[in-house]
Amino acid sequence: MAMNILSLLEQNARLTVAQLALMTGETEDAVAKKIDEYTAKGVICGYRAVIDWEKAGKEFIQAFIRIKVTPQPDQGFEAVARQIMAMPEVDSVYLVSGSYDMTLSMSAKNLRDVAHFVSARLSPLGAVTSTDTTFVLQRYKESSVCFLTDSDSEEKREVIL
Amino acid sequence: MIDYQKLLNPTVQSLKPSGIRKFFDLAEAMDDVISLGVGEPDFQTPWHIRQAGINSLQQGKTKYTANKGMTELRGEISKYLKRRFDLTYDPDTEVVVTVGGSEAIDITLRAFINPGDEVLLAEPCFVCYEPLARMCGAKVVTLPCKMENNFKLSPETLKAAITPKSKLLILPFPNNPTGAIMTEDELKQIAEVLKDTNIIVLSDEIYAELTYGHKHVSFAALPGMRERTVVVNGFSKAFAMTGWRLGYTAAPKEIALQLAKLHQFAIMCAPTTAQYAAIEALRNGDADIEDMRGQYDMRRRLVVGTLRSMGFPCFEPEGAFYVFPKIDAFGLSGEDFCGELLKQQHVAIVPGEAFGESGRGFARISCSYSISHLATALGRIEAFIKTL
Repeated sequence: MAMNILSLLEQNARLTVAQLALMTGETEDAVAKKIDEYTAKGVICGYRAVIDWEKAGKEFIQAFIRIKVTPQPDQGFEAVARQIMAMPEVDSVYLVSGSYDMTLSMSAKNLRDVAHFVSARLSPLGAVTSTDTTFVLQRYKESSVCFLTDSDSEEKREVIL
Repeated sequence: MIDYQKLLNPTVQSLKPSGIRKFFDLAEAMDDVISLGVGEPDFQTPWHIRQAGINSLQQGKTKYTANKGMTELRGEISKYLKRRFDLTYDPDTEVVVTVGGSEAIDITLRAFINPGDEVLLAEPCFVCYEPLARMCGAKVVTLPCKMENNFKLSPETLKAAITPKSKLLILPFPNNPTGAIMTEDELKQIAEVLKDTNIIVLSDEIYAELTYGHKHVSFAALPGMRERTVVVNGFSKAFAMTGWRLGYTAAPKEIALQLAKLHQFAIMCAPTTAQYAAIEALRNGDADIEDMRGQYDMRRRLVVGTLRSMGFPCFEPEGAFYVFPKIDAFGLSGEDFCGELLKQQHVAIVPGEAFGESGRGFARISCSYSISHLATALGRIEAFIKTL
């Protein structure tokens, strides 16, 4: 049941405990307990809506920034990761393989704000030795959600008995 | 003026177009209708199977195949039937690859039925059997499968319907629309009724891979029944390959020889691209089936449990991907219930009588939709019954 609950919630976080119980064949109590356990352990880290902000009319810009970092004695990459994570405009931070050490994604109001972020906040971090910024031109899919109108959507199936 | 009525075959003219066409025309004209009416998987054909079809096109495999289907595919079908259902069929002489299960049903009926023969049909059932049998001149005798009996065919019902004219029994399990299955013991009771007769069985096992709790047992796997059974199966439901149009029959060689002739003259061969894809499906598709079955199972539980909590008497389906609640318990006829539900809440479900008279008072809800879609539709159904 455990993995089922997680994947069901990952697809649709608004399913009720009663619905999850029906689908997994468990009691509501057992499901609720499992969800509490996962939440306490940090396996379930939160619930939120996936929003197409462009459709909502918001002007914003997203960027991916690759950075080279000098690992710190004793702390490796973690010290700088913690500093970057703490910045509110940063959406995600990864340590990656390849010619750069870390990749982060961030969103901001406009190009100038991204430039300011890179030049005034990121670059000055002592361990950061270089950056490479890529701007998002079009979002097609995010968090498993497709943002293009899906031509194969189920509503277009014919009624066949 | 040409008199079409005089020219056209009177039997074909007397066939009723699906009785619910009007209903769905109405649904299609409405905005924001949530349909629970579709009788095909919502999953896309698994990518590796699609890729095999694409590859065959890129390699220019665009010619006819052998009439009965590619040797390689018939070999895979034979292995699959052995592996999954313990059936033994010679790929060279006992398997015919058809254009969907539908063609397999049609050629089987045409191979056996003489005008005046009686065809025994377990009902409610898929819509094609009756018209196809009637086109062969058969008299169709329906065998009602009741909710009290979990929509299974009872040996008593069968026995009472057999006459000297009975030629062929259509056994459509796992069942569309009820979701009923027949267990080995229940099939044995059917076999017991048939064993001293000269009745052939068309066992439509298109939903064989989609059972929950019980593994599907093929009627042909029962002792003594292989010789009197034509197994119909296909790729549409198990592998989400409806649009590829690929099915097959497996039958004793004396029968398969005749089926192959009908198929050859009417169809030539099943689509070549689909046959290449099907080989891949049978070789590497078991995990896909497993995954889709798990999804259908969760949806089925959600729909049944929610409907029951609203007060619908509802049989728990053990196969296929439909739920068949009793809807006349709310004081409306089945047709009115579906009509009003569509008008008031814009939810389209299929009235049970579309699947034969025995389906009257019920409705078919398809689970081939996402959980979110199902949950929304169920919410609207609940809002509707509160107004009754």
